Amino acid sequence: MAARELSLKATGRARRRLLVSRAAEATAVGAAGIALAALGTLLWSVGSRGAGALGWSFFTKAPALFGEAGGGIAPALAGSLLLVGLATAFALPVGVLTALYVSEYARPRAARQVRLWLDVLNGFPSIVIGIFVFALCVGVSLPVVGWGRHQSAVAGGFALSIVMLPLVSRSTMEVLALVPHDLREASYALGVSRWQTVLRVVLPAALGGIVTGTTLAVARAAGETAPLLFTSALAGQIVDWDPTHSVQSIPLTIFQYSESADPNLHRQAWAAAFVLMLVVLVTSLAARLLLDRSRRKLEG
Amino acid sequence: MVTGAAVGGRPWNAGGVAAGSLSADRVLPRSRRLGDRVGDGLLHGVTAVAALLSLLLVAAIAWRVADGAWPAVRTFGLGFLWHDVWNAPLDRFGARDLIVGTVVTSFGAMLISAPLSIAIGLFLSELAPPTIRTPVGTLIDMLAAVPSVVVGLWGIYVLAPFDAQHVQPLLGSVLGWIPLFAHGSDHVESTVFTAMLVLALMTIPITSSICRELFLRVPAELEQGAIALGATRWETVRSIVLPSVRGGVVAAVVLGLGRALGEAIAVTQVIGNFIPLKPSIFEPGDTIASRLANQYQGAVSTTQVAALLYLGLILLAITFATNLAAQRVVRRFERQR
Repeated sequence: MAARELSLKATGRARRRLLVSRAAEATAVGAAGIALAALGTLLWSVGSRGAGALGWSFFTKAPALFGEAGGGIAPALAGSLLLVGLATAFALPVGVLTALYVSEYARPRAARQVRLWLDVLNGFPSIVIGIFVFALCVGVSLPVVGWGRHQSAVAGGFALSIVMLPLVSRSTMEVLALVPHDLREASYALGVSRWQTVLRVVLPAALGGIVTGTTLAVARAAGETAPLLFTSALAGQIVDWDPTHSVQSIPLTIFQYSESADPNLHRQAWAAAFVLMLVVLVTSLAARLLLDRSRRKLEG
Repeated sequence: MVTGAAVGGRPWNAGGVAAGSLSADRVLPRSRRLGDRVGDGLLHGVTAVAALLSLLLVAAIAWRVADGAWPAVRTFGLGFLWHDVWNAPLDRFGARDLIVGTVVTSFGAMLISAPLSIAIGLFLSELAPPTIRTPVGTLIDMLAAVPSVVVGLWGIYVLAPFDAQHVQPLLGSVLGWIPLFAHGSDHVESTVFTAMLVLALMTIPITSSICRELFLRVPAELEQGAIALGATRWETVRSIVLPSVRGGVVAAVVLGLGRALGEAIAVTQVIGNFIPLKPSIFEPGDTIASRLANQYQGAVSTTQVAALLYLGLILLAITFATNLAAQRVVRRFERQR
């Protein structure tokens, strides 16, 4: 009558269940691996093909004439700065004020409606936003006085600002919602009126979050190509700071170069992509880290 | 000391002043009160105008695109939707192949991206130890920040050649008897399949990060209960985690779909911009958004501009419906909880 030995090794049905579970786990790990591998090859090809063509003249020179080697992206760099600057100038005030309305003044029903339609706006394809601005300022039958009937940096910046608006607004709302109610009540208790409380207490408390949220939106706008196709695409090859002129931009330059047949332009496209990726990834990573910190500070 | 602490928390009631006697008349000068009333009204007004402006923008986009498309709507009517000729010199336009191309490409992309995203969400929420979870999550979020034109550039020069030489011949030799996967002897680089892969890559960060949040919100007691009853990890996921957030996962996939439907740049770079439609996904094709992006310099006649705006209107309607559906699912799901 020896005691039967108990084995902890799964057998039969239990073994099959265990194997199925292991297979599922392996699949999940594999899926994450695939995504990381794709990101890895993307970063690696941009890095290895782009870094080589970089140099001081790449940032300061205008594009080379057709067939020539070398040349730079100075006009596109300046144009992107101008476009994104204009877009931020449109989107930041409207976005922050909208968020203030939703979090400080609006009744719940109105707040829900504004949030819903901002999400809808966020879901609009950016190419459609481009053709909207095209139809509004550039295009067919309704010239806006002054800017009318041709592409311009103002039109491009306006299109980019429509892309930025929901991002700025939603991230500001999220931060405003985190500002503790005690702060507002303490301010009222000291006899401070509502608008002073909003401007001097609530807004400064949320400032860090607003800045980082805007930075994320700027990073997104800097990489957008589609809104610019119809609004600021046909531009000269010189550095141009006039907002009523159509200007070059980095994403559009990459797009146009990538479709061309000239291998020199392909190299330029990779180098421009390298610059764009560096800017976008560094700003969005930094902004995300800061956002986490300011959120923790407000929640803490 | 106890009272001190209590009073300390409410300084306005300290010193025995009854709250009722603190009327604004006595404490504040008249001018300040007027200033406050004006300031309050002003800030309320300005913020309300800004919010209204944001809403008007949505309406203006819909109206302006519809208005610009109107000549084409009047000329071609609803027949535009199933007419299959796109001939600029003859001013004959029909969107059927573009609509079919959009739907096929986006749904194909979601067939690839949805299972991967759910698996990644599960990996990040259930499997990965915290030391791996954060960096991997950040890296996948980084994928979302990559501009679409850079994804497209990589698509043309890295992914498409790899596809044409390795993936498509392989899939073609296994599944080639189905017309959808028919693969000729030549290596075509710009294909619908490559566009699907690019779109899948672009939607994975969106869908997977929402999935991760959803899975993390599943109450730990439920999972622990299942494990205590002897369920394996997979059985826990299948019987507890996935069913309890099913609606949210569907919404996450639909949000990804909305993004895929509207993506113009990366698709136009890799898809080959070719209609009429071919039955196989290993051939060039086109989508609405890609056609719009492709014709930005080429639109010559007013009819063609109107036809392009008509395409924009269709795209707007499709993505609007998709996003609204996703939000309804989310809302219903949130109400259930």
